[in-house]
Amino acid sequence: MSLKRIDLLICCGSSCISAGALKIKEAFHRAIEDKGLTHEINIIETGCMGPCDYGPVLVIYPEGIFYKHVAIEDVEEIVSEHFIKGRPVTRLMLQDEEKTIRMQKEVPFYQKQIKVALENCGYINPESMDEYIATGGYEALGMALTTMDPQDAINIVKASGLRGRGGGGFPTHIKWQMVHDRQEKEKYIICNGDEGDPGAFMDRSLLEGDPHRVLEGMMIAAYSIGASQGFFYIRAEYPLAIKRIRQAIEQARSIGLMGQNIFGTDFCFEAEVRTGAGAFVCGEEMALIHSIEGERGNPTPKPPYPAVQGLWGKPTVVNNVETFANIPSIFVKGADWFANMGTETSKGTKVFALTGDVRNTGLVEVPMGITLRELIFEVGGGIINDRKFKAVQLGGPSGGCLTAEHLDVGVDYESLKARGAMMGSGGVIVMDERKCMVNVAKFFIEFCVEESCGKCSPCRIGLKQMHHIMERITSGNGREGDIDELLRLGESVRNLSLCGLGQTAPNPVLSTIRYFRDEYETHIRDKSCHANVCLDLMHFQIDKDRCIGCSLCSRKCPATCISGSREEKYTIHQVECIKCGNCFDVCPVKAIEKIPGVPEEVAAHKARKAAQKSDDLF
Amino acid sequence: MYKEIFSKYEPTKDNLIYILHEIQDKHPQHYISEDAVDKVAEYLKVPANHIYGVLTFYTMYSTTPRGKNIIRLCESPPCYIKGTVNILRKLKALLDVEIGETTKDGHFTLELCACLGVCGNAPVMMINEDVYGDLTEEKVEDIIEKYRRAK
Repeated sequence: MSLKRIDLLICCGSSCISAGALKIKEAFHRAIEDKGLTHEINIIETGCMGPCDYGPVLVIYPEGIFYKHVAIEDVEEIVSEHFIKGRPVTRLMLQDEEKTIRMQKEVPFYQKQIKVALENCGYINPESMDEYIATGGYEALGMALTTMDPQDAINIVKASGLRGRGGGGFPTHIKWQMVHDRQEKEKYIICNGDEGDPGAFMDRSLLEGDPHRVLEGMMIAAYSIGASQGFFYIRAEYPLAIKRIRQAIEQARSIGLMGQNIFGTDFCFEAEVRTGAGAFVCGEEMALIHSIEGERGNPTPKPPYPAVQGLWGKPTVVNNVETFANIPSIFVKGADWFANMGTETSKGTKVFALTGDVRNTGLVEVPMGITLRELIFEVGGGIINDRKFKAVQLGGPSGGCLTAEHLDVGVDYESLKARGAMMGSGGVIVMDERKCMVNVAKFFIEFCVEESCGKCSPCRIGLKQMHHIMERITSGNGREGDIDELLRLGESVRNLSLCGLGQTAPNPVLSTIRYFRDEYETHIRDKSCHANVCLDLMHFQIDKDRCIGCSLCSRKCPATCISGSREEKYTIHQVECIKCGNCFDVCPVKAIEKIPGVPEEVAAHKARKAAQKSDDLF
Repeated sequence: MYKEIFSKYEPTKDNLIYILHEIQDKHPQHYISEDAVDKVAEYLKVPANHIYGVLTFYTMYSTTPRGKNIIRLCESPPCYIKGTVNILRKLKALLDVEIGETTKDGHFTLELCACLGVCGNAPVMMINEDVYGDLTEEKVEDIIEKYRRAK
């Protein structure tokens, strides 16, 4: 891409930016200028390279040397040692059990990965169309427009077996065929970039890291279905993604890849960006369409499906960002190549966002059918501090959790669904043994209560009731029968809600009851949270044998409920304790322990208060 | 101000979300006033209740005045697992406000928000358009101090 001696790739994905990547880039520019090396070294800002946990990350070509956790102070050393003297800085390389890993391609994180949608992400400068074209960009579009008719193009997608990457897994070619077959002249194509699933950031990374690829995929889809206008609907929370797509559209226009008679054919196409304003439900396709129209983002009953009556009542295809990003490779490398990856029903690769208590958090792309064990322990590097794996939440608030017994399950649409989880958009939240599953489920329900649009009552009222019961259980007021009530409500909400949000919202509660029923029971019967997470069901205690009487905990206690002396050691007065955890954090000898269950004095105090309250009523 | 914003957009309903974003961003207190709603209704020739319907549906719009800097702390599960609760407590103490409130000097508004998509660096918050990740209580103190000094 350049004739300079060295290409310095700086990952400028949102994670690395939040860790200071832009400042490092500036520092490199200054240092290289100072040393008079500007004509020798190319500094390239790339999209997300994947291993967010190592950020800020650099890769230096021609060798492909990989540096992690680079700080501004390291810039001088990299320039003088590596760039001038040719001695790479070993200190900044990844250490894997005694071994120093020099090259990016040797990093264990990348070993099981196959990059299709993410092919260019972290490799090219997303703001340069020339770099995209240099890596084969727009070849697929040119081929489709000049050598195929729309039906041929749809047949290729059909042969590839590509299914929607946004969550549902609906076969892409069926959506395209339905709209292709409609007689209307006006049709629309929409890219769903309203990535709201907590723990998912693949769409963001694709839009920011390789915007032209998504645009190219969208244009091939538009040609196939006969649309001449497309919309990118992107969350307002992603300002960089919005900027990059707008820029890509303008760049494409500047060389005639957007507008009239593209590639000298009859195909004309215009794309524009629409933003949301903070509403999770807008990821649902009908809600999204209403939002583009300038309405509240409420879903409406289907049918009619968007393929029949979509945007402004016209046939519309709504595809996810990642779905579009797969299209150019399918056309260039062939449908068979794509269909050879993955399982019988789930073809190709899938991008996952690894988060939570896993060692290598970040963005990964692996073939469908990979086992959870490979995904979490090989690609993800296992659990932080070698703690025990407890559960993994797949598919965000719509998905469910799976446990250690499912580690050898292959990840594809069907096998996840059969076990009460779902692919969703690909968020993988890993949890270690210290997590309380009841609390986690409560948290997901809370999210859905807040994001429910309120249009249909099962979702609006049912979820609220479920949340109410979860609150009760986690605050020590759980009753016998609560679990059955949760199951009953969950089933109703799942079966009766209008859109995907409500239909899937009970999943986290239902799946945690399925796999961790004993935890619910100890919360309700023993008033105890074994993971010491639910604050009303645990307490702090000072181990007098270990306490050195330094008084630090007492001084840091915001509720002034710790008293004692150097001789007598310190004691926490449980009734006043607000469980902020300050004492636990500051104790220099780790004498403060978290104990499951409610201490007697607190239980007695609570009973007294309840009795008093009922006295007051009479 | 309204004239300038309206001149950029055709008076069609699908531009409403953009117009509201721009009005809010341009307002020194980052909110959409009653007066603004009337002006937009007039321009788009739609009833004011429709504008209110849209305005109150989306969480990013505010109908009450807000501070100069808007802090949006992610409350999604990956951040929660990594300890948002402590960060929130720290922010509340530092700014002396509750969720949704604005500091007395009008410098900060504290809000919670849905996933910001930087989960690899949880816990995360966004101040205006800048994202800060891998938050610790000390880090939060430094960041707030930085914005305070930039008054």
